[in-house]
Amino acid sequence: MTEYEKGGNPVAKQKNKQQQTQQFQASEEKHETKRPILLNCIKAFLVGGTICFIGQLITTFYIYFFDFTEQTAGNPTTATLIFFTMLLTGFGLYDRIGQFAGAGSAVPVTGFGNAVISSAIEHRTEGFIIGVGTNMFKVAGPVIVYGVFSAFVIALIKVLFQQLGGL
Amino acid sequence: MLLGKQTWIFQNKPVIISTATTGGPFEAEGPLRNDFDRLFDDGWLEESSFEKAQQRLMEEAAEIAIQKSPIDKENVDFFISGDLINQITPSTFSAKTLELPYLGIFSACATSAEGLALSAALINGGFAEYILSGTASHHAATEKQFRFPNDYGAQKPPTAQWTVTGAGCVLLAKSGNGPKITSATIGKVVDMGLTDPFNMGGAMAPAAADTIESHLQDRNIDISYYDVILTGDLGKVGRETSFDLLKRHGINVKDQQYIDSGMTIYSSEQPVHSGASGTACSAIVTYGHFLNRMMKGEFKRILMVATGSLHSPLSVQQKNSIPCIAHAVSIEME
Repeated sequence: MTEYEKGGNPVAKQKNKQQQTQQFQASEEKHETKRPILLNCIKAFLVGGTICFIGQLITTFYIYFFDFTEQTAGNPTTATLIFFTMLLTGFGLYDRIGQFAGAGSAVPVTGFGNAVISSAIEHRTEGFIIGVGTNMFKVAGPVIVYGVFSAFVIALIKVLFQQLGGL
Repeated sequence: MLLGKQTWIFQNKPVIISTATTGGPFEAEGPLRNDFDRLFDDGWLEESSFEKAQQRLMEEAAEIAIQKSPIDKENVDFFISGDLINQITPSTFSAKTLELPYLGIFSACATSAEGLALSAALINGGFAEYILSGTASHHAATEKQFRFPNDYGAQKPPTAQWTVTGAGCVLLAKSGNGPKITSATIGKVVDMGLTDPFNMGGAMAPAAADTIESHLQDRNIDISYYDVILTGDLGKVGRETSFDLLKRHGINVKDQQYIDSGMTIYSSEQPVHSGASGTACSAIVTYGHFLNRMMKGEFKRILMVATGSLHSPLSVQQKNSIPCIAHAVSIEME
């Protein structure tokens, strides 16, 4: 018995399989509940906007009640927002906000804080060094890596422009 | 005895002499709360890690199953268990506590049916008289390993599923009173090229349909033979997809006959998206809720079809599609 007789024409068989797979994927897609994109965008806009509004209030607070200027109030504002994120994450509330708000709570600095803090909490059971230390940046790490790298590329473009007398 | 291509017929009909289920606080809010033997009001179960909590859920279920049965622990020959956590360590540690000869198995969320089928085969073949078989899963431990940290605020899509915190266990015997295991069909790995780990139901649907079809073919019976086809954890998406597939393959499955464990364990108010998942899902719903109803005489024949998504975080990151499996076990009351 040759290979052909045993399992039929392998090329035709594979084609048939491919067809079946495509057919299945098309029918499966019909049963998938789609993400409500428009609604998600509106929620993200509202929650994200609210977080930024709170940030603005904190900045104004620091400028009026402490010796900060518009340029220097950014750092204490970020620190304050991250502090509250830490509390919300620790009490298990931030992930609920995240499920509702999506990008609205992920994009602001609070989302970055949540990524670091949640990873640190999660791996506490493996100890402070191997657990917390190693895993703290496992979600936020890529943001840092590609954030720094993009900043470098943009700076390079800016310098080139200046050297060429563009600006 | 092998029947057809992939089905075992158990002439000696091993008997489920007792069952036990344990669950966490979220399961206690669900509609099956009265079917649990023990519910814990804290997800940590007073342990120092989620993995240990899962181990505890399994140990408690095993102990309760033995207590509820007419036999002692010394009479149990083997413990067959598996779970979702790396190298199935929670099951291993449970086996250490139980001090029973142990077989560790893995079929992801189809582990419950794999364990039940293997136990029945061993008893039917005369290799054991009493086997304890069960599985546990823990929502937080599974999230940690397969997805994001539990407190990370990522938005899950509507196709995602919620891993059950709990354990289900059966004590199978050569003879006794209770529902009998009459046959089992071992599934093939089916991969239809879906890659989204947040849509496991859709990926597992063809595996479920394939195993059900093979089971009916091998046994040469019509689907109406069973009162209930109880799938593992397909969720809403997977249940509808597999229902469609069966229909298209000419199997006249009825809507009320085709029930999914993943859609049974939680209420519609609980935020579980497409439904429940986890190794404990089919174990709890089958061994707890449905066997209880079977004992009351509501059903005579159930086909338990536990479905498993056999991917790992690594295989998904390396852009592999999701391989799935389903094992079927027929449980009948005489």
